[in-house]
Amino acid sequence: MKWISNNLELIGQLSLDHLAIALPPILLSFILSIPIGWLANRFAWSRGVLLTLSSLLYAIPSLPLFIVIPVVIGTGLRDPINMTIALTLYGIALMVRSTADGLASVDGDVIQSATAMGYSTWTRFWRVELPLAGPVLLAGVRVVSVSTISLTTVGAVLGISSLGSLFTDGFQRSITAEIYTGIVVTIVLALIFDLVIVQLGRLLMPWTRAPRKTRDDSRGRLAEREVTA
Amino acid sequence: MIEFRSVSKQFPDGTRAVDDFSITIPSRKTTVFVGSSGCGKTTLLRMINRMVDPSSGSIEIDGENISAVEPVHLRRGIGYVMQNSGLLPHRKVIDNVATVPLLNGVPRKQAHADALDLLDRVGLDRSLANRYPSQLSGGQQQRVGVARGLAVNPNILLMDEPFGAVDPIVRSDLQQETIRLQRDLDKTVVFVTHDIDEAFLLGDQVVILQKGAKIAQQGTPEEILANPVNDFVASFIGADRGKRRLTVDANIAASGDDLLLVDAGGYAAGVISAPGGRLAVGNPSPKSRSISNKTDQAGDA
Repeated sequence: MKWISNNLELIGQLSLDHLAIALPPILLSFILSIPIGWLANRFAWSRGVLLTLSSLLYAIPSLPLFIVIPVVIGTGLRDPINMTIALTLYGIALMVRSTADGLASVDGDVIQSATAMGYSTWTRFWRVELPLAGPVLLAGVRVVSVSTISLTTVGAVLGISSLGSLFTDGFQRSITAEIYTGIVVTIVLALIFDLVIVQLGRLLMPWTRAPRKTRDDSRGRLAEREVTA
Repeated sequence: MIEFRSVSKQFPDGTRAVDDFSITIPSRKTTVFVGSSGCGKTTLLRMINRMVDPSSGSIEIDGENISAVEPVHLRRGIGYVMQNSGLLPHRKVIDNVATVPLLNGVPRKQAHADALDLLDRVGLDRSLANRYPSQLSGGQQQRVGVARGLAVNPNILLMDEPFGAVDPIVRSDLQQETIRLQRDLDKTVVFVTHDIDEAFLLGDQVVILQKGAKIAQQGTPEEILANPVNDFVASFIGADRGKRRLTVDANIAASGDDLLLVDAGGYAAGVISAPGGRLAVGNPSPKSRSISNKTDQAGDA
């Protein structure tokens, strides 16, 4: 406990660093998964191919990936850009399936009727299909968020500062409290992110929490029909 | 006026849904396509707003071949009401009704004011405007669907089994409402149903379809009932089972001036008034379909 109170400033700073690394990949993987998920549902062949390929991304071990990316794109080993790209790839690996499933879950009748109303394919996608895929997308983003916040710590091994730095430093200097602090704060950060995402979902998708109504007559007034009918 | 000229539709899987179909659908009348499921009636309807394009033949609206009209533009000028309402679940009732005007760039305030008027028009309470579709009953949802179909004040209203999924009492309510609306609005309505009673109730022109959208018979309800052209039509309208052939039941004493009518199977089907022993003779015109639910229920059951 003494270690924590002496290092509050460090913990705060590392939390901010962690946030700065984790946030862009969560957003980027969400955005990039939209066209991939759409494409997956578009053709008969594309779903299997794209979902398998994107899932395979997740099988790439993280540490080697952090080292390969700078070699491929020519950045320095400690450039945060490497982390952004690697974490975005992992995010896509998780998110593409959610996006494809979410878009596939939209009621065919609703799409038909939107078409009949005169929505163009483009407008219909953004205003009808994507919003209605929302609940499934939200579930996907929650997984991506937790996964990304946890994976961000790996960067510490390469010297990219994040809450993971508390593990590496704690191990090197045998400060158990520092290691525990790293773990606990990472989990707390993940929880906060999750809460924020859920709240955001409630805000953006008010129709999902509209209370169901008991039936009355088809005009919406309380029943005034004679019972003899 | 909508004209189908030798229209055929073959789907990629080889199904021939429509085979050489021609018809003239008059303006400001209700034309009902009626037939069993799979007879191609919905395909016909969807050809009118280019949800389905014919494989051959042409369709004209007021003399203009619609294959030359951009589908999105065409659809925004044609009202469409479907089974299960097809309302957008993520939009409030008022936004659902205002969907097409908003797409067309009508200012939000104006579109919402018009939408509220439309709710009145279809007999819905304005208090429902801010609900989501899932918060409405099936009958209410269908009413919103009708309001939405009318939102751009289209000349043509397409209705695809709009009342197929609601219970009989609500259905009868909605049918009466449709008749009332049509009397006020004078649209060219094309209505699809598998329910012959609904077809006879709503249609100025009824088109009975067989598989492949082959026209079995076409005419006013009176013409079809009086003269079914073949066994298929007779069976479809129930004439062969004697359901439509009513006789006075001599065994049951008249209550007041009413005599009980039975169908050929001996089931009670209605009453006929016979003051002083003389059967009442109706005057068929002008028609009024605003008869109460109770009477309709007897016919439905």
